[in-house]
Amino acid sequence: METPLLEMRGITKVYPNGVVANRDVSFSLREGEIHALAGENGAGKSTLMKMIFGMEEPSEGDIYIYGEKVRLLSPQDAIDRGIGMVHQHFMLVPSFTVAENMVLGMEPRKGFGIHYAEAIQMTEETARKYNLAVNPRAKVEDLTVGMKQKVEILKALIRGAKILILDEPTAVLTPQETEELFRELKQLKEHGHTIVFISHKLKEVKAICDRITILRGGHSEGVFEVADVTEQEISRLMVGRDVVLKYDKSKLELQKPVLTVENLNVNDPQGKPLLSDINFSVRGGQIVGIAGVEGNGQRELVEALTGGLAGLTSSGAVEVNGTQIRESNILNIRNLGVSYIPEDRMSQGSAGEASISDNMISTHYRSKTINNGVFLRGSRIASLAVKLIEDFKIRCSGPKQQIGMLSGGNMQKVVVARECSTEPQLLIAEQPTRGVDVGAAQLIHQKLLELRENKGAIVLLSADLNEVLEISDCLLVMYEGQIVAYIEDPSSMSEEELGLYMLGSKRQDAADIRRAMNHV
Amino acid sequence: MFKSKYFEVIRTAAVILIALAIAFVIIALVSEDPVKTISIFLLEPLNSKGHIGNVIEMAIPLMFTGLAVSLLFRANMFNLGAEGVFYFSGVVASAIAIHWSLGGFLHPIVAILIGSIVGAILSAIPGILKAKWNANELVTSLMFNNILFGVGLYLLNYQLRDAKAFANVSFKFEKTALLDKIIPGTRIHTGLIIVLILIVLAHYFLYKTKWGYELRMTGANRKFAQYSGMKTAKVIILVHLIAGFIAGMGGSVEVLGMYSRFQWTALPGYGLDGALVAMLAKNNPLSVIASALFLAYIRIGADLMARLSDVPAEMISIIQAVIILLISAEQFLKFWKNRMLLKEARES
Repeated sequence: METPLLEMRGITKVYPNGVVANRDVSFSLREGEIHALAGENGAGKSTLMKMIFGMEEPSEGDIYIYGEKVRLLSPQDAIDRGIGMVHQHFMLVPSFTVAENMVLGMEPRKGFGIHYAEAIQMTEETARKYNLAVNPRAKVEDLTVGMKQKVEILKALIRGAKILILDEPTAVLTPQETEELFRELKQLKEHGHTIVFISHKLKEVKAICDRITILRGGHSEGVFEVADVTEQEISRLMVGRDVVLKYDKSKLELQKPVLTVENLNVNDPQGKPLLSDINFSVRGGQIVGIAGVEGNGQRELVEALTGGLAGLTSSGAVEVNGTQIRESNILNIRNLGVSYIPEDRMSQGSAGEASISDNMISTHYRSKTINNGVFLRGSRIASLAVKLIEDFKIRCSGPKQQIGMLSGGNMQKVVVARECSTEPQLLIAEQPTRGVDVGAAQLIHQKLLELRENKGAIVLLSADLNEVLEISDCLLVMYEGQIVAYIEDPSSMSEEELGLYMLGSKRQDAADIRRAMNHV
Repeated sequence: MFKSKYFEVIRTAAVILIALAIAFVIIALVSEDPVKTISIFLLEPLNSKGHIGNVIEMAIPLMFTGLAVSLLFRANMFNLGAEGVFYFSGVVASAIAIHWSLGGFLHPIVAILIGSIVGAILSAIPGILKAKWNANELVTSLMFNNILFGVGLYLLNYQLRDAKAFANVSFKFEKTALLDKIIPGTRIHTGLIIVLILIVLAHYFLYKTKWGYELRMTGANRKFAQYSGMKTAKVIILVHLIAGFIAGMGGSVEVLGMYSRFQWTALPGYGLDGALVAMLAKNNPLSVIASALFLAYIRIGADLMARLSDVPAEMISIIQAVIILLISAEQFLKFWKNRMLLKEARES
């Protein structure tokens, strides 16, 4: 049998906080293949790849390249051995040009300065060689997400990468951009490059990959020829059961509007519009989904709803039950019965070194049920924590455990449990299931629907199209800071059509969009 | 077998043992009679009532500053201003002890309270600068130490100095202002009771009250606290006020408990030692008692060693340096923790 290009044997990785990301995983790459690494979020895909790229060291196990045992202590070691990585979150300097980003760390010199002309020439040559068109003089901050990704790929290639690792490359792309990426990857394969394609989207794996390694809960479930397995088989191996993303959703009578946004405009300090002319309302018992490619104003919209607009100029009305909150602060907004599940559970949604129960009361410790004016009511907090842990099936050793020791999914459940436990009138859910396993995602979805049954109003922002299409009662699509579509019956809409709106190549007329105000 | 959750405790113990081992090696190299020197260092502080008294006397100011710094560190404020506050509040309490005359037990109480309040106000300044303008509290508090020392020394020289004394010291304190000794045969004074009460109060404040909760959450993750609706700027100012109050009380208690005149012409160093105490105590109020006693014990041991043997007391700085270095070095013993984690992961 031929020597594999790259092989990992018996890899175990335990993070310092006790999270076991990989358990005795083996992985190998044949030269010139596109190899899918599939698994749910949190299955250990990214960790495994970080070890190949020298960003993490395995706690146990060895890595071989061409049969030779190697130790990769830094990304530089990996790059020297011809490994390149395109991260999920791009590693580019936004204010630099494409060419400057390309040569960062290996700049061609001219005396004491940098030889810009040569940098541009190098970029153009590589781009031509691999047929990846980019403008070397454009600033990275002005590029679309798809273009940025191309720059990332070229950056790896110019450093001599033979093995290219792409970490969920399609997560940020529209369906159209995804197709283009696939064409490019096939070309690279023809050039003799080996590609690791990390994904949990089965259609994509079927479309371009030769072999697939499936991870589940840190274990390897095996390696398969993609042609030999069906999507159902892969999905069963990934989650251990067939995924059903269908929920029983009763038709509810809409209550009065809880959140009303009228003529909202937000500009940055330079006067560049971030949000223009946003109009919509959310009624009790209604989930309004908001879809869009990242960076099209969703962030600013959430900030407008949660008192985070300081430093920006804004006008218009953002009202919760008739109270203007546009220039209010988060405490006053929360006091109006608003809850908020933030996008980033680590840096904003929780305090890693504090206990689960401490994390569960952070938004309502001021209430008289939790404290008696001075002292916290310890036994009530304990029983509340125990109840929420049970309700949300949080896997932990008890309410005193540090939240930082939990897996991503369980940590997110704590955040959702806290935000739902105050019986909010309005819940703003920002990427509520990002990076959590299917089981946790289902539970979170059910809790959102429960809140809806209890006449709560919910704004759901998500990059997971399946999620917004399935859960929402109606859907707004954002593009460049504007609402470009109002969709009444999201579950009947195809992802492709949604993609056209998200990409800005299609938009509804003003009267249709205006219906988001009254939902008629 | 050891569990990874006990790791921090084990690590602290290991650090102390390593530091002591290094000290022994150095003593063995320097001393003519190493065995005797080491036994003086380890045993002499516990050998008589007077020596044990010395350890406790020294631990009192360390507990005050250690507690103050623990609260600051808990709020994730790397503020080393307890030093200057401790000194300046000592000056303030001395001035009241010299120039005011008040009946009986009221005199020390008033002197200590005013010293503490001045300490709280002074300490709040770096706090406000941090909360409002995000000025680095480490820089401002260290600069403040110099300012407070300069002003304090000026007051000593021009307002409090006793011209008849042959050194740069203040007038004598009024007898009524001095703190009572509570254990005959030692100089242990009522400050011990005050600081122990304060530590217990701080424990309840930190873990049982809603303000303590705000403080802990702000320290654990300020962004999270803000997102939850806490006014973190207020929390930061509050913790500076409390820490300044405690450090100021420490300075006042120390001058009235241990001296009859104010005689510090240099910063006494208790504030920075407080940081060491807080680190050893992992910023836990109750643990401050043990870590202050430990630090006082090795200091008195070193003092006695210098007097009774041929090794100078400065040797103690080496022990302290090793402790600080190893405790703050995150990588130390990390490989061992990784092994424990790996094992626990396999078993689960």
